Amino acid sequence: MDVELRGITKRFGPITANRNVNLTIRAGEVLGLLGENGAGKSTLMTVLCGLYSPSEGEILIDGKPVRFAGPGDAIAAGIGMVHQHFMLIPVFSVAENVVLGVEPTGRLDRLDLVTARAQVRSINETYGLEVDPDALVGDLPVGLQQRVEIIKVLFRSAELVIFDEPTAVLTPQEVEDFFKIVRSLRDDGKAIVFITHKLNEILEIADRISVLRAGEIVGEGDPKALSEADLAEMMVGRPVSFTVAKAPFAPGEVLLEVDDLTVLRDDDSLAVDRLDLQVHRGEIVGIAGVQGNGQTALVEALTGLARIAGGTLRFAGGDITRASTRERHRLGIAHIPEDRQRTGLIPAFTIAENMVLDTYYDERFSAGPVIRWDAVNRAAARASIDFDVRTDSVFNAVGTLSGGNQQKVIIAREMSRDTQLLIAAQPTRGIDVGSIEYIHRRIAEARDEGDGVLIVSSELDEILALSDRIVVMFRGRIVAEFDGNDPGISRKAIGLAMAGATA
Amino acid sequence: MSERETEAGLAESLLRRAAPDRSEFEDLVIVPIFAVVVALILGALTMLATNVDLPTIGKSYLALVQGSVGSLNALSETLTAAAPLTLAGLGIALGFRAGLFNIGAEGQLLVGGMAAVITGFSFPGLPMAIHLPLALLAGAVAGGLYAGIAGWLRAATGAHEVILTIMLNLIAFRLVDYMLRLPWIQREGRADPISRSVLTSAELPRIFTWLDPNLRLHLGIVLTLAAVLLVHWVLFRTKLGFEFRASGAGPDAARYAGMRAGLLIVIVMACAGALAGLAGANQVLGVLGRATPGFSSGIGFDAIAVALLGRSHPWGVLAAGLLFGALEAGGRQMQVSAGVSIDLIGIIQALIIAFIAAPLLVRAIFPWGFRRAAKTPKE
Repeated sequence: MDVELRGITKRFGPITANRNVNLTIRAGEVLGLLGENGAGKSTLMTVLCGLYSPSEGEILIDGKPVRFAGPGDAIAAGIGMVHQHFMLIPVFSVAENVVLGVEPTGRLDRLDLVTARAQVRSINETYGLEVDPDALVGDLPVGLQQRVEIIKVLFRSAELVIFDEPTAVLTPQEVEDFFKIVRSLRDDGKAIVFITHKLNEILEIADRISVLRAGEIVGEGDPKALSEADLAEMMVGRPVSFTVAKAPFAPGEVLLEVDDLTVLRDDDSLAVDRLDLQVHRGEIVGIAGVQGNGQTALVEALTGLARIAGGTLRFAGGDITRASTRERHRLGIAHIPEDRQRTGLIPAFTIAENMVLDTYYDERFSAGPVIRWDAVNRAAARASIDFDVRTDSVFNAVGTLSGGNQQKVIIAREMSRDTQLLIAAQPTRGIDVGSIEYIHRRIAEARDEGDGVLIVSSELDEILALSDRIVVMFRGRIVAEFDGNDPGISRKAIGLAMAGATA
Repeated sequence: MSERETEAGLAESLLRRAAPDRSEFEDLVIVPIFAVVVALILGALTMLATNVDLPTIGKSYLALVQGSVGSLNALSETLTAAAPLTLAGLGIALGFRAGLFNIGAEGQLLVGGMAAVITGFSFPGLPMAIHLPLALLAGAVAGGLYAGIAGWLRAATGAHEVILTIMLNLIAFRLVDYMLRLPWIQREGRADPISRSVLTSAELPRIFTWLDPNLRLHLGIVLTLAAVLLVHWVLFRTKLGFEFRASGAGPDAARYAGMRAGLLIVIVMACAGALAGLAGANQVLGVLGRATPGFSSGIGFDAIAVALLGRSHPWGVLAAGLLFGALEAGGRQMQVSAGVSIDLIGIIQALIIAFIAAPLLVRAIFPWGFRRAAKTPKE
């Protein structure tokens, strides 16, 4: 099935999300759709899925114009989408999830799970998916849950499959397996749209690439003829630097010493399991690992937010195991939380208020019980300039800023005070390439000035670009350690460790 | 221009406040006005539906205006009714700001009022300059401690404050009934539950008797205005207020920033209870002169509506308190001169709240005064 988008424009009030987009998707081909967050990729695909109708332009299937009144029409026409966030019911089996909404029924409307299982098995065999139809979805690892989503789409006889940021939740090995599945789908004659902002992946899997920026197609090409730098420049609109400039590695004394740390989850299961870790002054330690292996609990324990069940923490020579969050702030620990909208910022508060969220009590900003707002506002204006926060007033609500600018507000707050250790969790998740470049530079500068830095990221590229030392966390433990400055470092070895394979 | 100068200029421009958003003005001013209008119209339709004829409806609305703002006495009644509503409303607004839904103002008001009455009839011979502040303080402290129980239980056990404060309300009702029969509280020679009278030295003095000896307006209104200013100052100028607002608008971010959520909950509840307790003291020391069962007469519940209507902003709460005070004073007049049930005022109050809670509906009904809002995109 060939699908053509012709002159698609989608407006929301005064805002144009897509402008005159032309796109052809052919059977037996993987089209890579590249663009930053907010470039209009998702809107374009929701138009194709029938969720929105275009303001202008038309959709043609095999040369015939079609109109979708809703998602049902698009599914009937053979268009399926695998969403970034899975839409599965964890307490149902794979087969039950797959047939949900289009259940095969027997006499008296009885659910016919025998047929459902058989159909799941036959799809499994055709594409090498290897998913047990009777397994409970909640028990499956994320990589297999994604396959359940794929089976769901194929079960509804999709000829065009859209993948929205499919690799965000996968380990490097799972990505390899996923690519195999995509290729087998393509070889079977399906048309594939692969949406991503990751350059290396799109070069590996796509047969053709279209780049979207500010709602418009700004470039198209053959992956064989394009480099990552070319794509990044198309995506951002200017040349982008991938390497982070750092001074030669010269670590100082031990700044943070984690000894035998144990942290429990709410249900008393082990989140961090007798973990040892050191961070030196002038060193960036990167914690690699698939999400959910105790990184969040580790960071919360280090910042005084989670109760420590066992072990000790020493910082700059003193014991901080029982110190409160605020005491640790005061000692010089800066924290960039992983969820900027929920734990890092208060979206309804102004930029100025957010800039002093953990320093308002400081004598720079308060006198007795009173906050000196003039001093706060001035400092916020200063920091907005120093940390490149793009805004026209410090009195704007933080929630109105783009993700990258929100993240810069946090960076400004945490780095414009005197700190010795920076703990950064997912410091660049979901933000634009320009801001990533800027934030990486700032982190490297902090390290060059002698601060210790601990980075937790699910993006292996980020860990590799920044870290002097890389440790891999798996099920609450550190299972492997790598020299981040070693030019011959093996992504594959790190990926295997992330998946829990012992070296 | 050198780079330094450009940067200084840029910093200055970042300190400029944007003109207040038009839609904010619409939400704060135009929507409430229209909400009142719709409520009055629907109130009239309710009267029509219950076989009240048109002239009587006209007469009753006229009485509503006359009874609330039509004369010096009407204004005095409006302000007298507005004071406790505003005080208790401020407490509830403080809770809202910190993300707590305090349903317990009624109980806190009762407990505070009882403490004020007891202080007020004890200590004969104390000069007013000591007795009155002491009685007010007793009311605030008792209300604060009572609400503090709910705050502490919430912080220590995670029990929900809505349930806790509702239960504490019930306890307070029965506690007052019980106390009013205690021999040292019950008025001598009376069999019914009624407290001794507050001594003159503890009464909130009437302040406009020099204009007309019948004006009931008392010093409580000054207390109320002072409370509005104080709450405004605390919320927007102090570290404590910043912590309140932060834990309301972003509880997780506040915790991550090192604020102590549990302690803040207790402090907020205690402050809210102190304001409600002050409202109770205001009633017994300024209007009633004694305590009887249920002397709170629903002020603590009306105050929830006042806080909602006032958007949890101290000035908004004052404006809402005045409106509700006017409806109460006018409602009494309505009943007297037009013979329309005072329950209608309750209906109108409820309708006002309903419409203010649904600004989109008001915008849809009235085409005037609103800028057409642009739809925001989703991505």
